[in-house]
Amino acid sequence: MRVRNSYIGQPMERTEDMRLLRGRGTYVADVNRPDQLYAVILRSSVAHGKINTIDTSRATQLPGVRHILISADLGVVVPKIPLRLQPLPQLEPFHQPMLADGKVRYVGEPIAVVLADTPSIAEDALDHIDLDIETLPAITSREQAEAMPAVLFEDHGSNSAITWKAFKGDANAAFASADYTRRETFRVQRHAAMFMEPRGFVAEWNSDAGKLTVWGAAKTAWYNRRVLAAALDLEVDAIELIEVDVGGGFGSRGEFYPEDYLIPAAAKLVGRPVKWTEDRREHMMTANHARDIECDVEIAVSRDGRFLGLRGLAWADIGAYIRTNGSVGPRNVAQYMSGPYTFENIDLKTTMLTTNKTPSGTYRGPGRFETDFIRERLIDLVAKDLKIDRVELRRRNLVADSQMPYPLASITPYDSSTELDSGDYHAVFDLCMKEFGWAEKSKLSGKLIDGYYHGLAVGSFIEGGAAGPSEDARLVLETDGSLSVYLGSSSVGQGLETIMAQIAADATELPYEKITVNHGSTSHVKNGHGAYHSRSTVMGGSAILLAAEKLKDSIREAAAARFGCAAGDVTIDGEQVACAGKTLLLAGLSDVPLEVEASFFNKKYTWAYGTQAAHIAVDPGTGHVKVIDYLSVEDVGRIINPLTLHGQAIGSIVQGLGGAFLEHLVYDENGQLLTGSFADYLMPTASDFPNIRSITLELKPCPNNPLGTKGAGEGGLIPVGGIMANAIADALSHLNVQPMELPLSPARIWQLVEDAEAIRAVA
Amino acid sequence: MQIEFELNGADVGANVEARTSLADCLRDNLGKTGTHLGCEHGVCGACTVLVNGEAVRACLMLAVQANGEKVVTIEGLSGDDLSPLQASFRKHHALQCGFCTPGFITTAHALLTSEPDANEERIRDVLSGNLCRCTGYVPIVEAVLDARKFYAGQKEKA
Amino acid sequence: MKPSAFEYRSPTTLAEAVSLLQSGNGNAKVISGGQSLMPMLAFRLAVPELLVDLKHIPDLDVIRIGDDGVHLGAKVRWCDIASDRRLVRAHPLLAEAITHVAHYQIRNRGTVGGSLAHADPSAEMPGIALACDAQMMIMGSTGTRIEKASAFFTGPLQTTLEPDEILTEVHLPAWPAARRWAFEEFARRKGDFAMAGVALFYDLDSDGRAVDAHIGAIGVSDCPIRLGAAEAALNGSAIDEKTIAAVAATARSEISPPSDIHAPAAYRRALVGTLLARGLKRSVR
Repeated sequence: MRVRNSYIGQPMERTEDMRLLRGRGTYVADVNRPDQLYAVILRSSVAHGKINTIDTSRATQLPGVRHILISADLGVVVPKIPLRLQPLPQLEPFHQPMLADGKVRYVGEPIAVVLADTPSIAEDALDHIDLDIETLPAITSREQAEAMPAVLFEDHGSNSAITWKAFKGDANAAFASADYTRRETFRVQRHAAMFMEPRGFVAEWNSDAGKLTVWGAAKTAWYNRRVLAAALDLEVDAIELIEVDVGGGFGSRGEFYPEDYLIPAAAKLVGRPVKWTEDRREHMMTANHARDIECDVEIAVSRDGRFLGLRGLAWADIGAYIRTNGSVGPRNVAQYMSGPYTFENIDLKTTMLTTNKTPSGTYRGPGRFETDFIRERLIDLVAKDLKIDRVELRRRNLVADSQMPYPLASITPYDSSTELDSGDYHAVFDLCMKEFGWAEKSKLSGKLIDGYYHGLAVGSFIEGGAAGPSEDARLVLETDGSLSVYLGSSSVGQGLETIMAQIAADATELPYEKITVNHGSTSHVKNGHGAYHSRSTVMGGSAILLAAEKLKDSIREAAAARFGCAAGDVTIDGEQVACAGKTLLLAGLSDVPLEVEASFFNKKYTWAYGTQAAHIAVDPGTGHVKVIDYLSVEDVGRIINPLTLHGQAIGSIVQGLGGAFLEHLVYDENGQLLTGSFADYLMPTASDFPNIRSITLELKPCPNNPLGTKGAGEGGLIPVGGIMANAIADALSHLNVQPMELPLSPARIWQLVEDAEAIRAVA
Repeated sequence: MQIEFELNGADVGANVEARTSLADCLRDNLGKTGTHLGCEHGVCGACTVLVNGEAVRACLMLAVQANGEKVVTIEGLSGDDLSPLQASFRKHHALQCGFCTPGFITTAHALLTSEPDANEERIRDVLSGNLCRCTGYVPIVEAVLDARKFYAGQKEKA
Repeated sequence: MKPSAFEYRSPTTLAEAVSLLQSGNGNAKVISGGQSLMPMLAFRLAVPELLVDLKHIPDLDVIRIGDDGVHLGAKVRWCDIASDRRLVRAHPLLAEAITHVAHYQIRNRGTVGGSLAHADPSAEMPGIALACDAQMMIMGSTGTRIEKASAFFTGPLQTTLEPDEILTEVHLPAWPAARRWAFEEFARRKGDFAMAGVALFYDLDSDGRAVDAHIGAIGVSDCPIRLGAAEAALNGSAIDEKTIAAVAATARSEISPPSDIHAPAAYRRALVGTLLARGLKRSVR
């Protein structure tokens, strides 16, 4: 008697590793089509200006240059990139034209596409294109956006695009009657996902068949296909978007960018395949930026340390256009600032300001890295003022298990509400404190040892996942008895092929080794959605569960027909079916593959949650911070593959540390991006943060999906900024150093120390 | 310009422009797409190959400079089964998207071949020249530490 | 980020290399390791028409140590310096400074000559050359000449090398065994260019006071500089806390550091003082 499959929960080694480790992956830059041309994009070097003329005649004379596509080639109206999320009509003025249309609004905006025999020749051609751009004043700060020496969108008349309002209870009343309030201004810096594989596309138009094929899809292929079809005036079915191996996404790759249209449009125009890959300098000025906010916020607390309310205004510098998901981060800043703590009264607004910088979009934990920096800093400030231990203050206010589901703030316009689903936040908090050794380590707070001041901090977080509306799975029992799984979920490196095979194996009882998972390409399922908001395991996995039930029904019916018995009497046992003592192999059970499709629908976000603690040491002379120990403890409801989940957690924490200390996209007053390469945009390396630990738990399953799991993988970075800033404040408490702005660069910490010492000197 | 060199143990030739990088020559002329381009300005390490046994950024070398040399790419370090180093990466889940991985494998292989006793600090120091955005490096370092035993007993760097 | 087109030659003699550079009329550049030049080509910050590779020119990659000091051939690589154990004793300041250069893969290709000719204001090798009164051996169409490091670096990425000249060797004077020294730099991450760095040495007279102090700083000006006033403050003094503080304060006031996105001027100024103080403290054995 076979034991039931139980692959869920096992640390299965990944199937995708077999090709990726040996350099046999196929990333889009590895795709080549016969007779292809290479595209290089001419981009604006001016942050704000009117395009008077484009003269490509010199460039087209260069040997090997085949065509230069300009906006006139695209028809009467240059198509614009729609909003995938929160597509409000009042945001239409801010949609980006897929090629600059008379005006440029950020350095890097695409102006023309050069097609040539080699990428080098195409790049040579750029210098030979004569552009006459009349420069306009560049808007690069909130002050300028509000003062308006220029506006980006003349029809709109201001640089303020929209204000999102998050509300709960009665904040004004709460603040009016509170024993204590504290108000501060915080800033989080512009930084970005910066995945390692630059973006690219290979597009091929078959005019006889009227079919367009595009390699390089990621994240939201089905939505992107609809947008592309509309822009090219093709039927959706005429387009196939193929996902190959993807070198990281983190929320940024796979949204619809201008190149998602320009490269296929070029291929259709010239009738030859077109291949484009961006270089890193280009990537830094074209892929979505993120996290750039300033926030004026206050907290209301009762004398005995109960959080009463949050009230405030944030300004999000969203760059020159609102792209497909540009509102998500700013909305989340307002809606999720309360985090895992009880706040009955909330009035938070985020205004999105357009500036002459690269447009922004989501990056892992959008809005949440920002909110947690702000909120955790406020909590430590409150603790100090009220003389309540900051660990105790948090315990006192974490949402209790008995309060679930706990409503968060509602948000408007494009109204939405959500509630925390399940969790024992206190248990996880206490476990973190214990595993970290807080009691012992806290004796080091503020101590100077070998020239370094030591500090500790703790913070709790929530992580939303499993955005709807649905996901599709198609299962095919092949005639050789193997199982092919086709999913709408997309791979960005998270181990989809392995995790989904684990789920499929348990759900179908078929052998794990005989299962192959295919993902992300539009030919795989009719209505896929993709990978975003940590949804694939919940949405794709649950779709597989539903499809598996249908497949088992199909198998039983096919077997019943062969056995001549009732379908209900058939048992499925790994590689064979049985009924009344007779058996048949699944291989060859049917003459044709057995195929089923299912959709899983979901309206409720899942909420993974956790607590992190850190021990750092600061060198006041240089501003250098050593991270001596960093522990994250997170409950995800149910773990499908502990190996891959743990890997996500560590990777996310290190991204958070990058955001806390190193990464910064910096513009000058003319809108020039000063950080245009990895020499200036600093990412964590192997020697920077060696001491990271993570524990993931299955304490409280999610009640809202059949797997009981919660979307996870973004969470690690969410509280890192707040925790690092609090730890530095703890280390330098003798000077009352209070960081209010990220990144915590050495120069900034040094300046805080200088300023604090100057204050102390005159005191 | 016509160049000739040894690639993964076999003699190869290519006709390249002087300005063609070794990375582009390997990928485009010789079909070895396992060497990846993450930045083209010598910081990310995804393009690391071995030239005469030494780890080198292929984007910072001209193809013409490889004339007459011995080059080994990730393909040359891979066979029908995973090598012990690759198996260690898999065991420790030291890759997610896999884009940086060939660069890490070639670098770690070069390091462990010449320094099979490298300690964690040395490993982290050497690997600090390769960027990974997915893993946070912890499992990569664990994988390399765990792979040392397969390199012990080898003396010299090639 | 592909370079613009150029011709490429790899001559077998220095004379041929010089002649090729001359033929380039100012549009030819030398390439060896390429670790600094290749990124500039990729960004098209350099658009030469001809590259002259030193690859096949013999005898430029030798580390020669004698009574007169250390001679580093232009093609000596960072990994060669790291693996030559003689240098730990023959020139400990050089050996220490080079451990801070770049990363593993770059160290297998990057060269002494390349770094000196490239003259990045934050690079370690130019700082060491200046601090140690190095002499540069240069060959060009008018013959060979020797240039002192103090005259060689003229600005950011600028040296006195003529377009047809090749740096062939750098000579660091002999290093007395009893010499006191230190190298301190601070970078955002290990292997990054220094935000500031200090290379210092001094000898002791019979009373235990500093003489012949040399303090070089990188990252705080257009090119590496000597901190003359700080040296004067150090000479004739015992290395105690009072001296260290005074020397650091002098160094801070004598420099005019730049501001950039990684470090404002005030921070760099303070950093030099801090690094110098730490270096002096470390130099006391």
